[in-house]
Amino acid sequence: MALEKVTLGKSITNGLRKAMEADPKVVLIGEDIGKLGGVFRITEGLQKDFGEDRVIDSPLAESGIVGTAVGMALRGYRPVCEIQFDGFVYPAFDQIVSQVAKMHARALGAVKIPMVIRIPFGGGIGSPEHHSESPEAYFAHTAGLRVVACSNPEDAHWMIQQAVACDDPVIFFEPKRRYHDRAEYDTSLTSAPRGLFEANVLRGGTDVTLVGYVSVVKTMLESAAAAEAEGTSIEVIDLRSLSPLPIDAIVASVRKTGRLVVVHEASSFLGMASEISAQVTEQCFYELEAPVIRVNGANIPYPPSRMEEEFLPDLDRILDGVDRALAY
Amino acid sequence: MSDKVVAELQEPTPAVGDGGPDMIQLLTPEGQRVSHPDYDKYVADLTPEDLRSFYRDLVLIRRLDAEGYALQRQGELGLWPSLLGQEAAQVGSGRALKPHDFVFPTYREHGVGFVRGMDPQSSLQLFRGVSQGGWDPQENNFHLYTIVIGAQALHATGYAMGVRMDGNVGTGDPDRDTAVICYFGDGASSQGDVNEAFVYAASFDAPVVFFCQNNQWAISEPVEKQTRIPLFQRARGFGFPGVRVDGNDILATYAVTQHCLDEARNGNGPLLIEAYTYRMGAHTTADDPTKYRVSAEVEEWKFRDPILRLKTLLAHEGMADEAFFTRIDEEADQFAAELREGCVTMETMPGETMWDHVYAEDHPVMEAERAAYLAYKASFEEAN
Repeated sequence: MALEKVTLGKSITNGLRKAMEADPKVVLIGEDIGKLGGVFRITEGLQKDFGEDRVIDSPLAESGIVGTAVGMALRGYRPVCEIQFDGFVYPAFDQIVSQVAKMHARALGAVKIPMVIRIPFGGGIGSPEHHSESPEAYFAHTAGLRVVACSNPEDAHWMIQQAVACDDPVIFFEPKRRYHDRAEYDTSLTSAPRGLFEANVLRGGTDVTLVGYVSVVKTMLESAAAAEAEGTSIEVIDLRSLSPLPIDAIVASVRKTGRLVVVHEASSFLGMASEISAQVTEQCFYELEAPVIRVNGANIPYPPSRMEEEFLPDLDRILDGVDRALAY
Repeated sequence: MSDKVVAELQEPTPAVGDGGPDMIQLLTPEGQRVSHPDYDKYVADLTPEDLRSFYRDLVLIRRLDAEGYALQRQGELGLWPSLLGQEAAQVGSGRALKPHDFVFPTYREHGVGFVRGMDPQSSLQLFRGVSQGGWDPQENNFHLYTIVIGAQALHATGYAMGVRMDGNVGTGDPDRDTAVICYFGDGASSQGDVNEAFVYAASFDAPVVFFCQNNQWAISEPVEKQTRIPLFQRARGFGFPGVRVDGNDILATYAVTQHCLDEARNGNGPLLIEAYTYRMGAHTTADDPTKYRVSAEVEEWKFRDPILRLKTLLAHEGMADEAFFTRIDEEADQFAAELREGCVTMETMPGETMWDHVYAEDHPVMEAERAAYLAYKASFEEAN
């Protein structure tokens, strides 16, 4: 047992370090990830310890990061790409959806693309345009990709290692708003506490199920605590995996509570909540006491940062969603 | 920028057919062997037997192409992208490769695949619609066809970066030093991915040879729409050498590619080859070039035919006789019959295999959807 209090950002750093120690074929590539350690310092110190061949400062071209990583994967490497900000992943969109996602199927399994694309994700950091986006639905919609999202330091530590070890390409979303959050966990464990594609019930409850991922998980927990004071028992599920969707965990919870609120920063239209709503309706039609409620971003471009608090799901909006579910 | 540099960079593209004074040529359209101080040495060791086998490859892949076209017209293929006119560019460059080099093709490189030892049925299965690729790239170090224009340039560059990280560059060991060759066309030279590949390859000294077959047309758009300067000169702006070769001259293409691959294997990559050639046919069977180009241009290029000029050389130099040419034609007939037979008897995989390789590891949605599909199918059998 070695309990340590570690930030979420540093947990990813430590996880990457372990992955690189475990497998010499693991290489990192991205903009400014070498000497600087990335704009969020997630790769800090890794180039010094593993060299410039394994922590590669890329030219400033995102399609190039992902496209060359495909070539490295074909050569037997396990590349971990860093996309500097969520809004900068789009130049790499073709490589991700047409090449990364489909190569294994195209080759009928003869080649694998064991690659991770790390994306600092979501809003609430007061930045200008393109630094606060939630592009997860594009990737979750694309067959051939796996999409995961960590919300706390211990998960960050393990999930990045599991993503690197996965033989399929994994889009790895990191809650940039929570990089500096700290939590205590046992860093001496030798295996992950749970699978990469499993949801985690963070708090048990009987009246309403709250499901979300990444930054809003903390807000959901705060909302559940506030609701408890008013006598409402909320079950909180950290989704963790967006594709495959751990729907069984949600269904099991909804069968108990009869009410579901899905929270995310991304716009509601055709977002993760839409899919979860459809699947829960298919599987829990008779158990549902209320329609599935979505507490999501508005269907607009991400607003200027002085207005983002009005856009992001916060405690009040989540509790409002809970009230709307309970009104039935 | 000085006026001199501007003037140099704005030098107009030579008229179609005229590769300009920079174009490397060892065999004229008339079949005359001409010497070149830098490149003669790469063909000096070629025996008459080698040249006859070059000829055989050219004839067989032209036949492969003709069969692909015919099979599409007969409804056996959904589409066929013709390589007609580009045989020498493909065979010359493909034959310059060593087995351990690695190829990243476009969807038109049937000839390169053939000389790499690919089963000629491989490309047919893609265009017949029984597979989206379906071969193991490691078997002949020949990657899957890439249909999104230019995307493979980054894959080739990343693969070459991996070759360098493996230490397989510049060791002096010919069995170890490895080059990567990336095929693309004049249209692709405008793509972001190709330009990013040039930047990455230069930045990481990647042992990659970019092989651009400038066939003058990107579907309906002439090369002038893609570039103001000859394409091989683009390399200079990225900081590596570029060379234009007569892509209809198999000897020159072979020599120039040998040279560039050697340079890459020795650690002097990347390099760009512009193989100056012509797309004699349509872009694909879905295209109609009569709407956008004049037949006089095509007629002009017929005089530069890559096969005819090698045949002329072989005949004039006494390296092959009429019996040889007849034998090759007969072999091509046999080859074509086998191709057709293989194509029309190619089996379509059962529907439930669609889910098989989407992921390398188990995936609950794949299993659930496959099971639901099978149950749905079975429900019809029960109903009967």
